[in-house]
Amino acid sequence: MAEITKEDIRKPENLIYKKTDLLTDKPLSYCPGCGHGTAHRIVMEVLEEMDIQDKTIGIAPVGCSVLAYEFMNIDMQQAAHGRAPALATAVKRLNPDKFVFTYQGDGDLAAIGTAETIHACNRGENIVIIFINNGIYGMTGGQMAPTTLPGMKSSTSPYGRDVHMMGNPLKMTELVAQLPGTIYVTRQAVHTPANVRKTKKAIRKAFENQKLNKGLSFVEIVSNCNSGWKMNPVQANEWMVENMFPFYPLGDIKVND
Amino acid sequence: MKGNEAFAEAAIRAGADGYFGYPITPQSEVMEYLMAEKPHERTGMVVLQAESEVAAINMVYGGAACGKRVLTSSSSPGISLKQEGISYIAGAELPCVILNVVRGGPGLGTIQPSQSDYFQSTKGGGHGDYRMIVLAPSSVQEMADFARLGFDLAFKYRNPVLVLSDGAIGQMMEKVELDEQRPRFTEEEIIKNTPWATTGKTKDRERNIITSLDLDSAKQELHNHALQAKYKLMQEQETRFEMISCEDADYLIVAYGTSARISQKAVDLLRAEGIRVGLLRPITLFPFPTEIISKLADQVKGILTVEMSAGQMIEDVKLAVGCRVKVEHFGRMGGIIPSPTEVVEAMKTKIIGG
Repeated sequence: MAEITKEDIRKPENLIYKKTDLLTDKPLSYCPGCGHGTAHRIVMEVLEEMDIQDKTIGIAPVGCSVLAYEFMNIDMQQAAHGRAPALATAVKRLNPDKFVFTYQGDGDLAAIGTAETIHACNRGENIVIIFINNGIYGMTGGQMAPTTLPGMKSSTSPYGRDVHMMGNPLKMTELVAQLPGTIYVTRQAVHTPANVRKTKKAIRKAFENQKLNKGLSFVEIVSNCNSGWKMNPVQANEWMVENMFPFYPLGDIKVND
Repeated sequence: MKGNEAFAEAAIRAGADGYFGYPITPQSEVMEYLMAEKPHERTGMVVLQAESEVAAINMVYGGAACGKRVLTSSSSPGISLKQEGISYIAGAELPCVILNVVRGGPGLGTIQPSQSDYFQSTKGGGHGDYRMIVLAPSSVQEMADFARLGFDLAFKYRNPVLVLSDGAIGQMMEKVELDEQRPRFTEEEIIKNTPWATTGKTKDRERNIITSLDLDSAKQELHNHALQAKYKLMQEQETRFEMISCEDADYLIVAYGTSARISQKAVDLLRAEGIRVGLLRPITLFPFPTEIISKLADQVKGILTVEMSAGQMIEDVKLAVGCRVKVEHFGRMGGIIPSPTEVVEAMKTKIIGG
């Protein structure tokens, strides 16, 4: 019996998974176990499935995903901290036939960029906002974020977030759901295959909304930050389920079909 | 037309694709004019009132990164807010036009005209080693002319261009001759002329990335060297100035914008008394007309700079002149425009008799 070679195995009929061509071959700069990689992948898979790579302009934030343009094989602009929705507003208004999305973390979107986020949502800009919420500033080394949970420890809340002194976490997603300009507001996660499928469906819906000129779609992805939370990836996901999800419940918040 | 309106109309006619702004006195007429004109119907130009100056300049970044002709306008406190965005635009090498109709500062200051943003405009303003081409109009006609010239220079150098006006030029009314309507860029022209722009990655090219970030210090230094080489080229090719009555001058006034208009009258008054004074009006503040001022320093006995500030441009004049002749400053602050007789008096006491 002839020996089975790798080439035999790599036949197209045996292929059950292939990395989308819309991700580059550059190794991700994210920590092992971080949700960003999965989130990147499903956004790019949606663009590939909709066949809109040549019509899409992405906006990268400041934060862990500042280098998103290194991994996403599409035209991208890197924004100043918090300003991605302002860039996206102009890009879409000047290029109404293009697909435009921002990819932002919680510090970027819910602290320094609060004004840009709220006003882009309120104007109902026909864009997609992908919001990765891990409750901490990852890139700068684990400082308190606007979304850090009450009592949660970070390098700038070393004894836990005291809401009387440091304020309460900001539920940006619930906030923008109040605004008439948002058409679709949802909160998802990417820690299990089932959740990945749901999130991908949500992102697909968001881009389909844009295709139909319906208005602003806002997809929050509650994610883990095992390095910032000082946990291993498994612990971080468990902690996220036990602590983050009760405060940031998953599911659609607003669906205007 | 008012200076601000002339600038707005000229921007439409220059083929602008988008204006993003936020109201602030004394330049709100720019956006008011644009909104009233419905440029979306005239040319397809987008006009949007942003939630802040910060958002407006970042909208400019987004539009410029798509190869579009985009602009914003504001006045001093608003321009301070835009500095972060301007630094990013310079770092990412994006073309755009920014109008500053200067008012007196610091802080909220006053709504009256001033020239106290010279340092901010010519020496950086935001963080990092960058320069903008700074055009200083001294008439409503130049407000109109510099909208189009600003776009052309911005695209020539992939660099932000600042039109540094002031509350007097912005608000005053003069006759103005406007250029014919120039068409906006077509999609094909954008892809051909600005191949770096984010227009959507097609199969036949690599993806386009607009960023000011490079964490590799060696590469970031190379990028900075390339920027400096570009700024040097601007100095060699884009220095603009006007000379009035300088041929036989024994004394020189250096002034731009509103101060240049006042000073021109002062030159006439001084010449009527038999004192031969000339006026050098820098039109570009960066690049600064260093060479011609240096040449004139060999001809004249003294130089007076007239600015509506505590004396900012005087530093560049002194750098050009060295210690060859006396250089003094005269100016008013806080929104006060000096009178020609004050300038005459300053020339007599600080330079001629000083």
